[in-house]
Amino acid sequence: MALKLPIFMDAQSTTPADPRVVDAMLPYFTEKFGHPASRNHPFGWEAEAAVDRAREQIGALIGARDPKEVIFTSGGTESINLAIKGVVEMYREKGNHIVTTAIEQRAGLDVCRRLERHGVEVTYVPVQPDGLVSVDEIRKAITDKTILISVMFANNEIGTIQDIAAIGKLAKEKGILFHTDATQAAGKIPINVESMGIDLLSCTAHLMYGPKGIGALYVRRRGPRVRIAPLIDGGGHERGMRSGTLPVPLIVGFGRAAEICREGMAEEGPRLARLRDRLQDAILSQVEEAFLNGHPERRLPHNLNISFAYVEGESVLMGLNKETALSSGSACTSSTLEPSYVIAALGASTELAHSSIRFSLHRFNTEEEVDCVAQRTIEVVQRLREMSPLYELAKEGVDIKSIQWKAE
Amino acid sequence: MAYSEKVVDHYNNPRNVGSFTKDTPGVGTGLVGAPECGDVMKLQIKVNLETGVIEDAKFKTFGCGSAIASSSLATEWLKGRSVADAGKIKNTDIVNELKLPPVKIHCSVLAEDAIKAALADYREKYAAPAPAETNGAS
Repeated sequence: MALKLPIFMDAQSTTPADPRVVDAMLPYFTEKFGHPASRNHPFGWEAEAAVDRAREQIGALIGARDPKEVIFTSGGTESINLAIKGVVEMYREKGNHIVTTAIEQRAGLDVCRRLERHGVEVTYVPVQPDGLVSVDEIRKAITDKTILISVMFANNEIGTIQDIAAIGKLAKEKGILFHTDATQAAGKIPINVESMGIDLLSCTAHLMYGPKGIGALYVRRRGPRVRIAPLIDGGGHERGMRSGTLPVPLIVGFGRAAEICREGMAEEGPRLARLRDRLQDAILSQVEEAFLNGHPERRLPHNLNISFAYVEGESVLMGLNKETALSSGSACTSSTLEPSYVIAALGASTELAHSSIRFSLHRFNTEEEVDCVAQRTIEVVQRLREMSPLYELAKEGVDIKSIQWKAE
Repeated sequence: MAYSEKVVDHYNNPRNVGSFTKDTPGVGTGLVGAPECGDVMKLQIKVNLETGVIEDAKFKTFGCGSAIASSSLATEWLKGRSVADAGKIKNTDIVNELKLPPVKIHCSVLAEDAIKAALADYREKYAAPAPAETNGAS
């Protein structure tokens, strides 16, 4: 069978919608177009029932006790904003301190930076070289002013899965609310907000084969009852936490996507992990000085992040972009022109942050695609090394760190 | 971000990749940039010591596609120029030729720096009043 190019292996940026998801959505654009808040006619009832069903499907994916704990938003970014800013505003009298990590995704970090300008204190707990946050470090960061611990479930670049249950337990012990950004983890690995002590959880549909433009925030209703101030005022939808007409087709798609993920997780996770391991083994066995970033075991099954010494990430992507869609932590691929702060936070040299490549697999990738991507990556890295002055210096036995580089 | 055709061409078919051996006469070497910034260029010129004309040029670059293209183009332009003329290549010429977007202008600046560094190294070795070296190179 001929391979269809380009191969998409950037599934931590977004995923294709599953055709079953699209099928579920389509009727809700046309014949079932009602407004779920229309309480007095069948169009509204039909829409409300569809939204409630989606709430149940998403609630079931994360182990929520009550589907009403699921609040719809426009996506992961909004959920993270709503969770953190909503708690800070609502619990202002209790304290003004947040404990988070240095490797949260941009939304989490940027919300915290903005809040810092408004007098909130934030502690960014560093991560260990394997990407794990030490629960003890979180414990040490807690003060009597701490109102929220916000730690991502799994990292978007390196896939490292944090010890969420231990952090949840610590939060309960201290009586502090616990938010987790599960945008990358939800639908991929088991999550249970009850057993893990999660009070708020952000997730998004488009990373689990659902549509773009819809996300959810889980807000615990019992033990404790979490209250958050809304970001958007209006008609009081979503129990006053998020006003605005619910996008029913997107919500229906999100629900179906969550259901498919939950039902298939036990098969899909190990299958993607096997493909990922095949990719990893092929590359690491054939390329010298290629380094795995993140924790080798505690990571998402579909994530692989490798730094290739002596070559710059964007140039690797450029060599592959006709055949393969990947992503890099290189400064040249980011809007900020800064290299990956995640790889840098692991304590790796900045040079290796520029050299990191993320492969993220999805439901529809095949073994054949994995073999093609591995082969082409190896070829491109070798070609670029042949034209890299750093590789040449290293081959001559020169320690690159001993050279007095003049940074621009 | 899509790349210009010329950047893609230089990336896919880089001109003059390589290094001169250490004992090649008339060579000036520039090594600019820094690994932690994500760009390092090594650019070498080989000057005919009789005529002062750059007979050959080579580069190796660690950096993005635009950095590779900028240095590849620089070596192409350097060949056949006199040492005096070589210093007239400006980063803006590279930007225009490769149609570099604003975020990639630093690649062209680095290429200009590499040219200047190679010329300075050459002058230091050969053109400056250092008779022992000119003798050795004849």
